[in-house]
Amino acid sequence: MKKTGFSKNRRNILKLGLFTGGAALVGAGISTAFVKGASGNNGGKVKVLTMDGKLVEVDKESIGPNSLQVATNAEARKGIEGKRFVMVIDLSRCDGCGKCTEACQKMHFIPPEREWIKVFKMKDNEATAPYWFPKPCFHCDNPPCTKVCPVDATFKRDDGIVLIDNERCIGCRFCMAACPYSARFFNWGKPQQPAEVEAMPYSPEQSYPAKIGTVEKCDFCPHVVRKGELPACVSGCPMDAIYYGDEYEDAITNHSGVTVSFRKLVDDNAGYVYLEDLGTKPRVFYLPPKNRIYPKPKVKKEDGQDNVG
Amino acid sequence: MKYPIIENDHTEKPETVDIETIKEDLLRPIKKIGPAGKIWIASLILICLIGAYAYYLQLKNGLEVTSMRNYASWGIYISSFVYFVAISLVGALISSILKLLNFEWYRPLARIAETIAVANIICAGLIIVVDMGRPDRVFNLFTHGRVQSPILWDVMVVSSYLITSLLFLYFSLLPSLGMLRDQLKNKPRWQMKMYKFLALGWEGNEKQSARLKKSIRFICILIIPLAISIHTVTAWLFATTLRPGWNSTNFGPYFVAGAFLAGTGAVIIGMFVFQKVYHLQKYITDYHFDNMGKLLVFLGLIYAYFNINEYLIPAYSSRSSEALLLNDMFLGTSSHLFWFTQSIGMILPVILLLFRKMRKPLPMTIIAVFIVIGAWLKRYLIVIPVLLHPYLPIQGVPKSWTSYFPSWIEIAIVLAFISASLLFITIFSRLFPIISIADIIEGKEKKL
Repeated sequence: MKKTGFSKNRRNILKLGLFTGGAALVGAGISTAFVKGASGNNGGKVKVLTMDGKLVEVDKESIGPNSLQVATNAEARKGIEGKRFVMVIDLSRCDGCGKCTEACQKMHFIPPEREWIKVFKMKDNEATAPYWFPKPCFHCDNPPCTKVCPVDATFKRDDGIVLIDNERCIGCRFCMAACPYSARFFNWGKPQQPAEVEAMPYSPEQSYPAKIGTVEKCDFCPHVVRKGELPACVSGCPMDAIYYGDEYEDAITNHSGVTVSFRKLVDDNAGYVYLEDLGTKPRVFYLPPKNRIYPKPKVKKEDGQDNVG
Repeated sequence: MKYPIIENDHTEKPETVDIETIKEDLLRPIKKIGPAGKIWIASLILICLIGAYAYYLQLKNGLEVTSMRNYASWGIYISSFVYFVAISLVGALISSILKLLNFEWYRPLARIAETIAVANIICAGLIIVVDMGRPDRVFNLFTHGRVQSPILWDVMVVSSYLITSLLFLYFSLLPSLGMLRDQLKNKPRWQMKMYKFLALGWEGNEKQSARLKKSIRFICILIIPLAISIHTVTAWLFATTLRPGWNSTNFGPYFVAGAFLAGTGAVIIGMFVFQKVYHLQKYITDYHFDNMGKLLVFLGLIYAYFNINEYLIPAYSSRSSEALLLNDMFLGTSSHLFWFTQSIGMILPVILLLFRKMRKPLPMTIIAVFIVIGAWLKRYLIVIPVLLHPYLPIQGVPKSWTSYFPSWIEIAIVLAFISASLLFITIFSRLFPIISIADIIEGKEKKL
């Protein structure tokens, strides 16, 4: 694929690695939104290291508590200010290894049969070639799921992300019936998760600890995005097939840290959304499986109803 | 005063019965419950208790104890909900539509229909809570309710219909309550107190009668749009989604038509049982059965019309997502159930009831039982196969996710709800006359 000559520096601030007193704090970081919002009058400055090795000084206040605490319910419902998240999945790169699913399950402490991002084997037509199709939640701009929720437990945020508040969900499962992409899962029984996870504070942004009798799904990982990291599936994809970023900034990044223009990428490669005619306006775009860099999958009849012919 | 009581096809001379006999006949089931009646009530209570235990297990372990999984995320709780709502529509059909259209033969059937309506709408409202993953949060519907959600619309229309149906039932009951208060003896104190309280000082004078008539007429008209909206909104729970098989503009009238057919079947069963068990042959006659049979044919044909629109037209155009589902219904894994249901619930009843002999009480009641079973199965077929045919293929998931057959807990709970509705009807008919005395007399006087 053609790489755009997009400046990596524009993405620095989102991919800020933290560097304090010579020690890197893994898992703690900041995003532009937090730097802007910080008061920083008494805490002093702190030096942080960006992804490409530059030292930047920011207010101490702006990184401390936010990097350790979960977002409050009000914050989680509003979204990250000034952002509009988008994902692009390059089907010509996906070899169906399932590492995205694994990384996602690990990050959210979900059992193996719950695939918030699931890799399907697809074949649209007798004459066309099969391909792998990773499918997360599409975080639609016209979401059929949030529309039908009777209690506003699942909602669309200003930054484009669709989340679930499992402390409000009544478990009616109307959203599951309404989602045409089977993106939602239900905690039919007591969730299988480690005891220490169960004891953690809950935020709709991280989706754990899971609760019995409530719905869950791919959350676009806002809790790590707030820290300037990429969602689990993106950083877990060794094929660099998944890009994630901000539509306003028009910059999306993959596992290797390559940042490209979202618009140019989908424009150059005839990007599309799945089942466009349903009018749900997904925020996940696909690039067609043209000029594959992997062996194409073998699809059998039992792989699914609409896979063959 | 004597009244011609038996409505027949007007070839025979009407039998006349005096008012004391009417009172005696209608009060008999209230005065004494025989051993068979006690066994019936005890068995219904037993089934309800088994269901309550099953629900206790579900509350303890979560919905995991059901067979619902991530594809079939709704099961027989939701299909039974649709069934209960459907049956409840008949109250409005018999007591209101037939009354307003001046079909005099509705009179002895009105209260049976209204009682069935109230019993079923209560079950509908409760079984929805059983389906909830978090029944402890049911009040979120009020504290965080979103009026944009069809579930809120359903909460509103179900509760409005319940209240209106109760009032409808109660208003027409007032003269009977006055009579019960004055005529019954040797009944427990609480029961007599209840009659006295509920009768609201009913004396039957002209002023009261006029006011009652006006109130009944008002509610009689009000209940029709409510009944239609309750089942239309229930249809919209499905039609507002983007799923092939649900996203149909035909769904509202299709559901309403099916509901009238199912409810009429239920009333016929009620008529037969009450006629036999409470010895009401003088009031519920072959003439009523014959008319109900004709009504069933009419409703069956309307339902068939909507079925053609619902299944054959999408099958003709065969959009791929619809075609997969329809192929499963017509020829695939759901086909046995589909054709069985369509045959017993719609096609065969319409054909059989064209014959006069089939419109006699016993054969028609057997047909009505099949219509009601068919109605329940049809709602199963409307809900579950659609969920098992999503747009994306079902791949690499646990086997339990790929099909659905209700667990014993789900079956026990649904049977408990059906028993509870029968128990409600039974107990109601043991406390109050199941035929409205005032209505019958009014009908006779109109005729004289």
